[in-house]
Amino acid sequence: MSYRVIGKEVKRVDAVNKVTGKAKFTDDFFERDMLIGKVLRSPYAHAKIKNINVDKAKALEGVVEVLTYKDLPNIKYATAGHPYSLDPKHRDVADRTILTDKARHVGDSIAIVIAKDELIAEKALKLIEVDYEVLPFVLDPEKAMEPGAPIIHDDRPNNVISSVGQEFGNVDEDFKNADYVFTGEYETSVVQHCHLENHTAYAYMENDRIVIVSSTQIPHIARRIVAEALGLPWGKVRVIKPYIGGGFGNKQEVIVEPMVAAMTLAVNGRPVRYTMTREESFIATRTRHAMKFYMKTAVTKDHKLQAIHIKAISNNGAYASHGHSIIMSAISKFRPLYNFKSFKAEPKTVYTNLPSAGAMRGYGVPQIFFALESHLDDIAKKLNIDPIEFRMNNVIQAGHVDPISKLTVRTFGIPECIKKGKELIKWDEKQELYKNQTGEKRRGLGMACFSYFSGTYPVCLEVAGCRIAMNQDGSVQLMLGATEIGQGADTVFTQMAAEAIGIPVDMVHIISTQDTDVAPFDTGAYASRQTYITGAAVKQAAIEVKKQVLEIASRKTGLKVENLDIVDGKIIEVGLNRLICDISEIALEAFYDRIDSKPITSDTSVNVRTNAIAYGVSFAEVEVDMLTGQIEVLHLINVHDSGTIINPILAEGQVHGGVSMSLGAALSERLMFDERTGAPLNNNLLDYKLQTIMDTPNIEAHFVELPDPTGAFGQKSLGENPTISPAPAVRNAVLDATGVAFNKIPMNPQSVFEKFKEEGLL
Amino acid sequence: MVEVTITVNGTSYTRKIHPLMRLLDFLRDELKLKGTKEGCGEGECGACTVIMDGRTINSCLVLAASCDGKEIITIEGVGGAELHPIQRAFLEVGAVQCGYCIPGMVLSTKALLDKNLDATEEEIKEAISGNLCRCTGYQKIVEGVKLAQTKMKESRGEACECGRS
Repeated sequence: MSYRVIGKEVKRVDAVNKVTGKAKFTDDFFERDMLIGKVLRSPYAHAKIKNINVDKAKALEGVVEVLTYKDLPNIKYATAGHPYSLDPKHRDVADRTILTDKARHVGDSIAIVIAKDELIAEKALKLIEVDYEVLPFVLDPEKAMEPGAPIIHDDRPNNVISSVGQEFGNVDEDFKNADYVFTGEYETSVVQHCHLENHTAYAYMENDRIVIVSSTQIPHIARRIVAEALGLPWGKVRVIKPYIGGGFGNKQEVIVEPMVAAMTLAVNGRPVRYTMTREESFIATRTRHAMKFYMKTAVTKDHKLQAIHIKAISNNGAYASHGHSIIMSAISKFRPLYNFKSFKAEPKTVYTNLPSAGAMRGYGVPQIFFALESHLDDIAKKLNIDPIEFRMNNVIQAGHVDPISKLTVRTFGIPECIKKGKELIKWDEKQELYKNQTGEKRRGLGMACFSYFSGTYPVCLEVAGCRIAMNQDGSVQLMLGATEIGQGADTVFTQMAAEAIGIPVDMVHIISTQDTDVAPFDTGAYASRQTYITGAAVKQAAIEVKKQVLEIASRKTGLKVENLDIVDGKIIEVGLNRLICDISEIALEAFYDRIDSKPITSDTSVNVRTNAIAYGVSFAEVEVDMLTGQIEVLHLINVHDSGTIINPILAEGQVHGGVSMSLGAALSERLMFDERTGAPLNNNLLDYKLQTIMDTPNIEAHFVELPDPTGAFGQKSLGENPTISPAPAVRNAVLDATGVAFNKIPMNPQSVFEKFKEEGLL
Repeated sequence: MVEVTITVNGTSYTRKIHPLMRLLDFLRDELKLKGTKEGCGEGECGACTVIMDGRTINSCLVLAASCDGKEIITIEGVGGAELHPIQRAFLEVGAVQCGYCIPGMVLSTKALLDKNLDATEEEIKEAISGNLCRCTGYQKIVEGVKLAQTKMKESRGEACECGRS
């Protein structure tokens, strides 16, 4: 398939706005008479509020209102940015109120101050008197499940949110008959999204409706959840989403929006802004679930994987948020990669007194692939076989149907990805070179594979809307409910519309702001769904626009529609390739014809009932300092099978950022808590070790483009994918370099040093 | 309240301000220059970077009252009717994603290249090491700075040819 715009290095449609500082983010708007909201947060990991007195705070000059749980409706709601389920049994766990009468983690929301300015609001927070009854707390999910552990939510006396698992085949039988059985334990830590723009929103009332301007990935879902939290009809809430300074899943949570809605309601509809501090953002938004996996795998004499049994524990923190769906995503999305005869997963998602874990780029899948790909290298080492051959001996093929989800793999690029990555990193040559090292600095190579979905089908039915309206000059407005969150969605949608209509990209004006009052319905940016799902809606709407244009051209020329086409904004006669007229002539006629005036527009909504499985591989080369425990990544190559690449520059950008995030998780990032108090120890960007430019190696992004027949343009997912395999690839490279198997990340110098001592290397 | 006179992007502003007002708030709230962003409020992320008398500073850490007589350049003062070569370079290589760190990145780059147009890759990395970005993995930002060097050298060359220095 040859395209004019798809696959081209089209410049970001928002780049000029962003490099000049003109792009408006939530905090860049200002409303007359705006007040400032601040939140009092619990200093205790687990405590009941016996009494709370706000009189002194209220009396402070400049304070307009102070709210506690007593002032707000006692409605429990769920914050996860999932589509609503008509089936009450499938809804998210509604376990929180806007303000609480019982703190379940350090940083839980106790009271709200609304004041004239920030300084007054800060002062007023200190004047609120809270009498806490401090309760025992638990941070470790395995301890939280033990009898007698502190009960965090009364309706979950064992602290288990859910333990639903999945299986196929007969695992017990396959283990009984196995030639080899291998076991391993693997663990990941709490990490955080660290989008540069903290959570922020403001709200005001217009007549009897609440308008919220928010840094959100999911405006339509946010509207529903705000209404649920306050017990309002959903139509009374309007959410507007301007440019957002990163989200990575943390803004697929509805966190600050119900708060600002409650604030404006409390002050007669005056505008109130609430912007979190960085410290708050670390503990009062969401984190990535720390997970622990107990893996048990049966392998035959000829190195075929037979059975896998996974026990997993997911530390969910204080509130359910996305809860069990994250571990369910992990145990589902890793399956269409290797051939297992039987599979059994027994996951447990557990409440603890840590800040809540929720959606973060990769949605549980980076954690399970850290475990699986580390485990496979451990097995290969024990069997003394090449880890790549071992994987290649066990991968599925196109046509594979998952026994549980029934999803079909239509394109499977892993063999090509491995081939390319292996050549690029010079695997064979360097393997030879790095044999038998004994020095203080040792080098090694590692790799890891992954699979990921495009959207949420079949768990949810995917729906996306698109509206296109043509202007008098033949250019179009492209309106979507899908959101640009930095990933480049607006640009690829622009390319898709230009391609399918047949006009240049600069004739497509995308409306970047989503306003739930006018934007078509789309659930938003998550699950790497938009290019695949919303892309289908854009194509359908564009085809409809093109049809209307060609019908007018047909009427004008007497030629049949099928003999006409639009190329680069011109109407041509197909075959002769003869120019008929500019598209603007048709558009003008559509607007102003004296007999048939009807502006060209389409407003469409699609359902997608397929899921294109995307794949990829990471190759890493590391150098380990055996004395200090410092791991340096010398080279990191990601090769992706994401189907057709719509925009190579943007795709590379997604890979670079995702890889960097995974390297942080592998080597330095960990949100730490004091075991004695549950208080965070490093909830700031100095002590939480985010990768800086000085820590980031040369990251290479490559693609093998196998067009997927279900993608509107052959595309599959890419957004979250690069975050999955770099960490296990680095871990396996460290294993190769040192012979030491690190089964817990991050591998920061301290943990590496300690492990080397434990292994007798130091 | 204290009175300060601060030159921002070539224009002198005299204002009576709260002594605790940060330069960041002076720029954003007093002058309505919203291009300067806040990411942490304590000098860790670099999103609020501006240039003061030729050197980059975190405007969240500086009190506006201490800036009397200073010259500040913000993102609004970079480029004009046309984009600055740094902005063009960032745009061309795809250095921009969410865009929140970009004003700070552009100013750190400008402060470096205004002084040292031949900066090595190491020097480039050091110059932007105080600017965090969670989207790009920094790859295309470094690429953008290098392209900006080329563009600025070209435009300097052209300027010399027409006798302007």
